Amino acid sequence: MGPCPVVGQWQGSGLSLGLHGALPGGGAMAGIGALPGNKPDNTAFTQQRLPAWQPLLSAGTALPLFFCAGLACLALGLGLHFSSATIRELELDYTGAPGSGHNCSRCANASRAGAAGCTCSLRFELPERFPGPVCLYYQLANYYQNHRRYSVSRDDRQLSGVASGLSNPARECSPFRTDPRGIPIAPCGAIANSLFNDTFALYHLANGTFYPVPLDNRGISWWTDSNIKFSNPELINGSLEAAFRGTAKPPNWPHAAYTLDMGNLNNTGFINEDFIVWMRTAALPTFRKLYRRVREGNFSSGLPQGTYRLDITYNYPVLSFQGTKKVIFSTVSWMGGKNPFLGIVYLIFGSACILTGFVMLAVHIKFQKQNQMDVE
Amino acid sequence: MKCKNRVLNSKCAGEEKRVGTRTVFVGHRPVSETDAYVEQKFCDNRIVSSKYTVWNFLPKNLFEQFRRIANFYFLIIFLVQVIVDTPTSPVTSGLPLFFVIIVTAIKQGYEDWLRHRADKEVNKSSVFIVENAKQVKKHSEKIKVGDIVEVKADETFPCDLIFLASSNDDGICYVTTASLDGESNFKTHYAVRDTTGLQTDDDIDSLTATIECEQPQPDLYKFVGRINIYRSNQEPVARSLGPENLLLKGSTLKNTKKIYGVAVYTGMETKMALNYQGKSQKRSAVEKSINAFLVVYLCILVSKATVCTTLKYIWQSNPFNDEPWYNQKTIKERDTFKILRMFTDFLSFMVLFNFIIPVSMYVTVEMQKFLGSFFIAWDKEMYDEEIKEGALVNTSDLNEELGQVEYVFTDKTGTLTENSMKFIECCIDGHKYKDGISEVDGFSHTDGPLRYYGKAEKCREELFLRALCLCHTVQIKGGDNVDGLRVNQECWTYISSSPDEIALVKGAKKYGFTFLGHEADYMKVQNQKNEIEKYQLLHVLNFDPVRRRMSVIVKTSTGKFLLFCKGADSSIFPRVQQDEIQQTKVHVERNAMDGYRTLCVAFKELTQEDYKKINDQLSEAKMALQDREEKMARIFDDIEADMHLIGATAVEDRLQEHAAETIEALQTAGMKVWVLTGDKMETAKSTCYASRLFQTNTELLELTTKTMGDSDRKEERLHELLLEYHKKLLQDFPKNSGKLKRSWTVSQEYGLIIDGSTLSLILNPSQDSSSSNYKSIFLQICLKCTSVLCCRMAPLQKAQIVRMVKNTKGNPITLSIGDGANDVSMILEAHVGIGIKGKEGRQAARNSDYAVPKFKHLRKLLLAHGHLYYVRIAHLVQYFFYKNLCFILPQFLYQFFCGFSQQPLYDAAYLTMYNICFTSLPILAYSLLEQHINIETLTSDPRLYMKISDNAMLQWKPFLYWTFLGSFEGLVFFFGVYFLFQNSSLEHNGKVFGNWTFGTIVFTVLVFTVTLKLALDTRFWTWMNHFVIWGSLAFYVFFSFFWGGIIWPFLKQQRMYFVFAHMVTSVSTWLAIVLLIFISLSPEILLVVFKNAKRKNHQKLPSFDA
Repeated sequence: MGPCPVVGQWQGSGLSLGLHGALPGGGAMAGIGALPGNKPDNTAFTQQRLPAWQPLLSAGTALPLFFCAGLACLALGLGLHFSSATIRELELDYTGAPGSGHNCSRCANASRAGAAGCTCSLRFELPERFPGPVCLYYQLANYYQNHRRYSVSRDDRQLSGVASGLSNPARECSPFRTDPRGIPIAPCGAIANSLFNDTFALYHLANGTFYPVPLDNRGISWWTDSNIKFSNPELINGSLEAAFRGTAKPPNWPHAAYTLDMGNLNNTGFINEDFIVWMRTAALPTFRKLYRRVREGNFSSGLPQGTYRLDITYNYPVLSFQGTKKVIFSTVSWMGGKNPFLGIVYLIFGSACILTGFVMLAVHIKFQKQNQMDVE
Repeated sequence: MKCKNRVLNSKCAGEEKRVGTRTVFVGHRPVSETDAYVEQKFCDNRIVSSKYTVWNFLPKNLFEQFRRIANFYFLIIFLVQVIVDTPTSPVTSGLPLFFVIIVTAIKQGYEDWLRHRADKEVNKSSVFIVENAKQVKKHSEKIKVGDIVEVKADETFPCDLIFLASSNDDGICYVTTASLDGESNFKTHYAVRDTTGLQTDDDIDSLTATIECEQPQPDLYKFVGRINIYRSNQEPVARSLGPENLLLKGSTLKNTKKIYGVAVYTGMETKMALNYQGKSQKRSAVEKSINAFLVVYLCILVSKATVCTTLKYIWQSNPFNDEPWYNQKTIKERDTFKILRMFTDFLSFMVLFNFIIPVSMYVTVEMQKFLGSFFIAWDKEMYDEEIKEGALVNTSDLNEELGQVEYVFTDKTGTLTENSMKFIECCIDGHKYKDGISEVDGFSHTDGPLRYYGKAEKCREELFLRALCLCHTVQIKGGDNVDGLRVNQECWTYISSSPDEIALVKGAKKYGFTFLGHEADYMKVQNQKNEIEKYQLLHVLNFDPVRRRMSVIVKTSTGKFLLFCKGADSSIFPRVQQDEIQQTKVHVERNAMDGYRTLCVAFKELTQEDYKKINDQLSEAKMALQDREEKMARIFDDIEADMHLIGATAVEDRLQEHAAETIEALQTAGMKVWVLTGDKMETAKSTCYASRLFQTNTELLELTTKTMGDSDRKEERLHELLLEYHKKLLQDFPKNSGKLKRSWTVSQEYGLIIDGSTLSLILNPSQDSSSSNYKSIFLQICLKCTSVLCCRMAPLQKAQIVRMVKNTKGNPITLSIGDGANDVSMILEAHVGIGIKGKEGRQAARNSDYAVPKFKHLRKLLLAHGHLYYVRIAHLVQYFFYKNLCFILPQFLYQFFCGFSQQPLYDAAYLTMYNICFTSLPILAYSLLEQHINIETLTSDPRLYMKISDNAMLQWKPFLYWTFLGSFEGLVFFFGVYFLFQNSSLEHNGKVFGNWTFGTIVFTVLVFTVTLKLALDTRFWTWMNHFVIWGSLAFYVFFSFFWGGIIWPFLKQQRMYFVFAHMVTSVSTWLAIVLLIFISLSPEILLVVFKNAKRKNHQKLPSFDA
């Protein structure tokens, strides 16, 4: 018998009782468990015997799967690749970086100096016909629309035309919330203030003269944006100008918002589509935005092969942040603009699937042979 | 508690140390007119088990919740978001945290409300108090110390009472303590002789007495006190009070019409309340792994934030990047100190990436554990028809630990064996008596079923049987007649706390001596001639585990004083005449070899003078208030000496059904089974053989008193033996490394036997410093043995052994299983404590983490439930880290393309809902229902258990695999969409997508991929899995349409307006999403296919993908 002098202590400390031991149910300290005499339910669920599907991804089922998936991917990849290949795209860089000898260098210098309204033109050849509708994009590079400080600097309430939004823009808009005199800016915020304001005009050379190509500015933004999310403040006496009274224009804008498209009440103010397109901030620092579409008049079926002239009003300075500006002519297909990425990856993935399928088949057969040999 | 009373203090000054006693005035009556009655302060009888009140609930509960490190972390993140201008709104992390806190608070509040209600029920229950000879009905909470309380049959005692008188003339009452310790037998309590007559309200009111007793103590079985009864103009009579005079709150009065008692401990000072204590928190190994992974992810988080902050400032060193004309800073931003800006930037990045450590994981883990544990309680295979109970789960924190057990420590009696004793044979003076008409020869006796092999003298025989009939604490319960005198013998039931005693009394009955019960102080025995003999019971020297024997002193009708003593051979043999031992010893040893429990019986005749001396000594010791235990023990020791050995008994304790198979299965599953028992070595050894713990080829190493010898050279001998065994084992396991750890089946098996005294020699060596390394050598020997038997263990030694193994290198997971109060210490000590709902009361079950009806249930509990829970929770944990890694990685990568401006990639709603709604239910369903191998296979093939040993699924390797998978998928998500967005005009009409579409595409791929990844892992698809997996995906799509379909008035920015709807109109996006999902899942699919192919071809056991 070993000495166990601490037995008394053990007895004392080992016990732990519910305070309501005497009560039926024992209060809240009861553990999980069947009460005495309570036989557990004999259901499939409680006994963990629910009917269950027990799939096992064996080589037998996976092989056809791999081949099917591989073939499907190859087919899709080919489709995508050819669709993308048929899309015509033409990029014109008009940044006019100093030393590039570009036509627009002059304007670039001017814009750096702060002058606006400088125009330059680009002459270019379309090597082949661009089937319509042809989209005209502008593309900015090294431009961080997705910078957080920038992308929060807007007031969606104001842009939906709420009167209080006009008189009291959101805090996020600063430093473009009010002008130095304290008058609220409409539309407020950095995004609106930095609205892209180069304009383009396209001419087609036919029979020695340049004919203007009509550029359609309708329907370039999301329908829900221009019809629901963005909306002008309520007109006062039929005048939008009156509705904007008491607000200041964004400092970088030459004119107030209601003059964005003077002639067209459905495309001016906050519901100006160029403005709406700009307000949808881009995902990456190099981004393109839809500017116009060619789908009217003689050009509704596309842009014929030939010589064109693009007149650019060069207002937007990009050299200060080492950005570039481009104009892009692109046809579209069911998959959108030109994007070789999807097609290529589908092709690669499809071939990889088929390849692994073959490898697995080989392994499978080898193992099976081994098994047979083992059995024999 | 200040209960000093100056009056008595002065009176009894010098008599005893008074520290730590209290004095109670029965009925609040002053003891004499001269002494002023001083009102004393005791706590009232209100039970407060609730933690909170209405007022302090909120602050107290919140404080307790935020003490958890995880909650605190999320609170900090939330506060940072509130204070600092951060990319995501405080809602994104506030909402989940709020949700968690609210749910926990509601749960705890509800539990507390239940406690309040239960408290109220107890406190407001009515009791009858005798005041001025009248009964007054009062609420239980109004009882004050000193009140005389009347309790009727089947009522529960409202506080701890000193038993004064009962409706029985003999001052006895019966009590059941089932709700205290689970022992359902009736216990007899006695009133002090001088007060037994006070059976009416008037009588009891006339009592003038004080009770001195110790201050409240939690030990249920100890009470030391003294009652001083004052009679008019007489010296006060002092009587000792012990546990048999104390009626505990919580126990119930039975078979007695009513009793009077005086309250001594009330309210929170009752023994029951003092015993109410929270169990120590046990943490599972999985939880430790989680914390380790958490640290890794925290490091990832901090390094991501640091990288981003650093790069941000490098990038911003170009002024045109820092502040281009289109994106000017506010004046405030310009004016802030650079250091401060850097710091807030760092915090912002932390906030942006903090989702990598998910709040929801804790919630899901908790829910999984809580809900999952129901399956144990519900399991009908663990339901026992006999006791009509199933398994009980006291804590759900350790479910997965059941799948990790390496050492099983089991008690023998009642755990491996049935603990239903059967009298087998006895030996009187070396002659063997065995009943058994069915046994050999068929030579039967007409006087009784007595068969003898040679015969002892008749008088010795009778003495032996009388000893069996008298030396016990058995009571008779029969019909409603408590005296049990003239009742039909058939409906008697013997009740005792020890099943051995019942077996012995029944055994004696077989030989013609029947115990008829108590009548006042007399014990009645019917002898072989059907005469009734009466013995006056003078003293019972109760059994205790230290002495391992008990004695009674009786007075025969002829006036002789006899002492009968029975106990373990080791405790009896040294106390009897040495020449008597030999013949009995042979029998005892043989019986022990057969696995029987043996007891030796001895007696001693006392002279009148002897008895008088003993009586005085005992009375004196019983009166002592201080150190009564030690004093008693010393006197017992003196009394129980120089006895004469009469004989020995053998009682069989059958093995529980399937005990052997269970042990075998556990050993096959790689667990080492140790038997820790208080029983004798021979008995225990044979049980071990019977239960296949030791096989015939097991080589036994013994470290027992027998091998050690009795001499002074004990330590040297021990040293030699240890070294010898050590050498032997080392030779057998030549470079024993981790590989060999669980593959002993090939090599020679060793079993170790050690007993309590040797163990204490090893663990507490004498001052000699050379012996201090015994422990480590011993441990090495132990760990190399297949099975270990420790016998003659004191309860505390059991715990010591468990602790020793627990703290060895590698910290193996230990499990203790036992049924009795003596196993509580080891149950509490082990990682997992399992209680058997056995015959020795409920203390083990109450203190355990899990309780099962039988030992055999351990097999399913560990092999099936434990295994499944482990796999489930391990997968759950890995999956959670994985899914949050590939959730946040694209967000991190996006910083490289947005000028490190903390621009979030996903919308706030997605950030918030990702873990709460979109991906939470599938993994929860998986972690509750998954059966990668079905339960039957798991139970029938114990080797499968080894697959998950050593926390296999939460080691660094699988963790790295999951991390790699998460990173790979994160990269695929981000760069896939990045290249897609090289041309952002993805609609057929040439319109362009913005940054929120970018994020939504990534997010859609993410949600689908992680959900499908789980679908790939699911091997057990019930309708629920189908429902939650496909339901979650459908819900995501539905929610996205809904979220983008409305202009939300409470949002400042309508970023998501129609983003999702526009996204799904683009065919390219569809194709990209499908492609990216496939690419992300392809490595996983390949791995699964190859693994399955390998397994199928090798017909191997299912393996666990990392």
